[in-house]
Amino acid sequence: MSESYENDGQAHEQYITEVLAQYPEKFAKRRKKHLAVAKAVEAAPEAPVGEEGPLLTECDVKSNIKSIPGVMTIRGCAYAGSKGVVWGPVKDMVHISHGPVGCGQYSWSQRRNYYVGTTGVDAFGTMQITSDFQEKDIVFGGDKKLDKVIDEIEQMFPLNGGISVQSECPIGLIGDDIEAVSRRKGKEIGKTIVPVRCEGFRGVSQSLGHHIANDAIRDWVLDKSAEADWEAGPYDVNIVGDYNIGGDAWASRRLLEEMGLRICGNWSGDATLAEMERAPKAKLNLIHCYRSMNYICRHMEEKYGIPWMEYNFFGPSQIAASLRKIAKHFGPEIEAKAEEVIAKYKPLVDGILEKYGPRLKGKKVMLYVGGLRPRHVMTAYEDLGMEIAGTGYEFAHNDDYQRTGHYAKPGTLIYDDVTGYELEKFVEKIRPDLVGSGIKEKYPVQKMGIPFRQMHSWDYSGPYHGYDGFAIFARDMDLAINNPVWDLFDAPWTDGGELLAAAE
Amino acid sequence: MAALRQIAFYGKGGIGKSTTSQNTLAALVEMGQKILIVGCDPKADSTRLILNAKAQDTVLHLAAEKGSVEDLELEDVLKLGYKGIKCVESGGPEPGVGCAGRGVITSINFLEENGAYEDVDYVSYDVLGDVVCGGFAMPIRENKAQEIYIVMSGEMMALYAANNISKGILKYANTGGVRLGGLICNERQTDRELDLAEALAKRINTKLIHFVPRDNIVQHAELRKQTVIQYAPDSKQADEYRQLATKIHENGGKGTIPTPITMEELEDMLLAFGIMKTDEQMIAELAAKEAARQAAVPA
Repeated sequence: MSESYENDGQAHEQYITEVLAQYPEKFAKRRKKHLAVAKAVEAAPEAPVGEEGPLLTECDVKSNIKSIPGVMTIRGCAYAGSKGVVWGPVKDMVHISHGPVGCGQYSWSQRRNYYVGTTGVDAFGTMQITSDFQEKDIVFGGDKKLDKVIDEIEQMFPLNGGISVQSECPIGLIGDDIEAVSRRKGKEIGKTIVPVRCEGFRGVSQSLGHHIANDAIRDWVLDKSAEADWEAGPYDVNIVGDYNIGGDAWASRRLLEEMGLRICGNWSGDATLAEMERAPKAKLNLIHCYRSMNYICRHMEEKYGIPWMEYNFFGPSQIAASLRKIAKHFGPEIEAKAEEVIAKYKPLVDGILEKYGPRLKGKKVMLYVGGLRPRHVMTAYEDLGMEIAGTGYEFAHNDDYQRTGHYAKPGTLIYDDVTGYELEKFVEKIRPDLVGSGIKEKYPVQKMGIPFRQMHSWDYSGPYHGYDGFAIFARDMDLAINNPVWDLFDAPWTDGGELLAAAE
Repeated sequence: MAALRQIAFYGKGGIGKSTTSQNTLAALVEMGQKILIVGCDPKADSTRLILNAKAQDTVLHLAAEKGSVEDLELEDVLKLGYKGIKCVESGGPEPGVGCAGRGVITSINFLEENGAYEDVDYVSYDVLGDVVCGGFAMPIRENKAQEIYIVMSGEMMALYAANNISKGILKYANTGGVRLGGLICNERQTDRELDLAEALAKRINTKLIHFVPRDNIVQHAELRKQTVIQYAPDSKQADEYRQLATKIHENGGKGTIPTPITMEELEDMLLAFGIMKTDEQMIAELAAKEAARQAAVPA
């Protein structure tokens, strides 16, 4: 379905040169390595087509390097990666923001990780629990306070499934022994308490926080899998790295269940601790956000022999390809069911394309997002006849840019950890029909007269995963791009138009 | 009234900083000076000889009990000792937990904000062994202490520490006004101790303020939780401290910006004084010892 197009690579090269020319020499030299234009690769006809499909372009740029002070970077910290992304959505655990009040306060309510449960009774996702460090806790250490906080949590929320301790910066500076407290209190209350050393100053972005959070799952959760109350079945899979933004995981789960698979656990959107504990009993790990959770998949492969597979549930082309790829793993019976699922939703997809295709065809998009979306959502736009002019990641590593080569068309502008200045200039020069990024980019872009959608939070909409999600995705993009407000962008008195005449 | 003098005593742990400073300050109070001692060591033993009592209530422990430092009154933590010397102990956490450095910063800010520095001639800070982090450098930065006195001896590690502390002073000498007042050598009866102390003082652009001879009477006084000035005011040792106090009193404004030396330079100096041996010397000595042992074994 996706159209074949090419971007104006030469113009994009020129934009990079123009932007770098504004920087001091030393800084320009550093930033140059993070900006590139996707180069077409001549795939040898006999070259094997990998799981991800053929490699279209080479998108390699330098990544996962410390941002430079003085620029506007969109990155978060390790605490954001652990508390905000990986652990926060585990709904039946109480996550303590351990340290001074600010980190918990400003991450209150979480991302839009939807969950089923009664908040404050058996689910705690949108609550803010902090140890609220005072000066005396810094000076004398906060272990006693943590002890007390855990007791209070047990008293106030007896139905909690467990507790995680999300370290803020000072914990690492003063050397509190949160592991010892967690172990001791865990025994005392008979529940899992997970200490996470995700102090914000560690690493260059939230990415290290994901890794630390994965390691905490490995060390403090998975060792309980033997006791998990779960009868393993032949079609058990885990959904890994789906945070259920606006209900994404539910839309994904439905498709997998329709094709005859059973979801053993969903990590970590709408998840319970029990789901995570029993994960090693599954037959296959399906990973959506590779960046934030590949670590635990690799560990489960090594330790429990569970294979893992990346998939993409954005847009009908990728959904069908992924369903077939997953089904192949389970054999002909499931494969036949997967075809049934694809056929079942075909009328829905055709309807969406018929309705929105003509309104969106040929529209240019620029993306700048986090973990997997800078590449994963590209085909969803292309399914609607749209074109991706540029894309970039906040905190990607090498392997993400390699994977991007399977998606990006030649000439696509690639930007890693883009600075506020760079992104603004690129948008100004390319003038796409839509920019998809975060809240910090939204208003500057809209003030430039360019439609915008938040691609972290789905702009209070969603889900975007699965066939149901694609319907909402297409509608939202149409709403943004074809909103009549953009026709009113120029002031009526600037073009000597009718309004001016009417006023006189 | 003369301008407030703020001084601080630094030096390697166990060198006798607290003993030296308390004896000196006891001598200064005899000279009619009004004094405030701020103990900046979590062990809270900087005012024991002045108060004739074991550790008093510290700023940080009281603050922790009451909730925060804002809930404290100056009277809660300020104690009067020998001849009206005002004493405050900052206190801090048990070894191995929390952040004692932050504690020092908290307490000094509290004292300043609550007027502890009013109506005194001298504020003296007694700081934990090494300047391990920014908190313990608090008295030397932000225009707190104007002169630092380094207590040292002829032992190698004490000399290292003295040189290191002068590095810390140099760092803040240009941003603030802190100066090195001088070295105080506490005799340990090592080889050529006086020469070495004078040589180091010269190399780092300061002077040896006083060489305090070793005398057991200091220990006798200390066992009774007293300074020598109080315990044996007519002793020879008491006079030594009086001399030191006079020299410090007259040293106001005469501090210098130190010129700390590199590790190699320091080691060369120790080699020259025969305090340290070269690797070759040590190997030769070891070989000789081994040979002697072999020879002693009956064939």
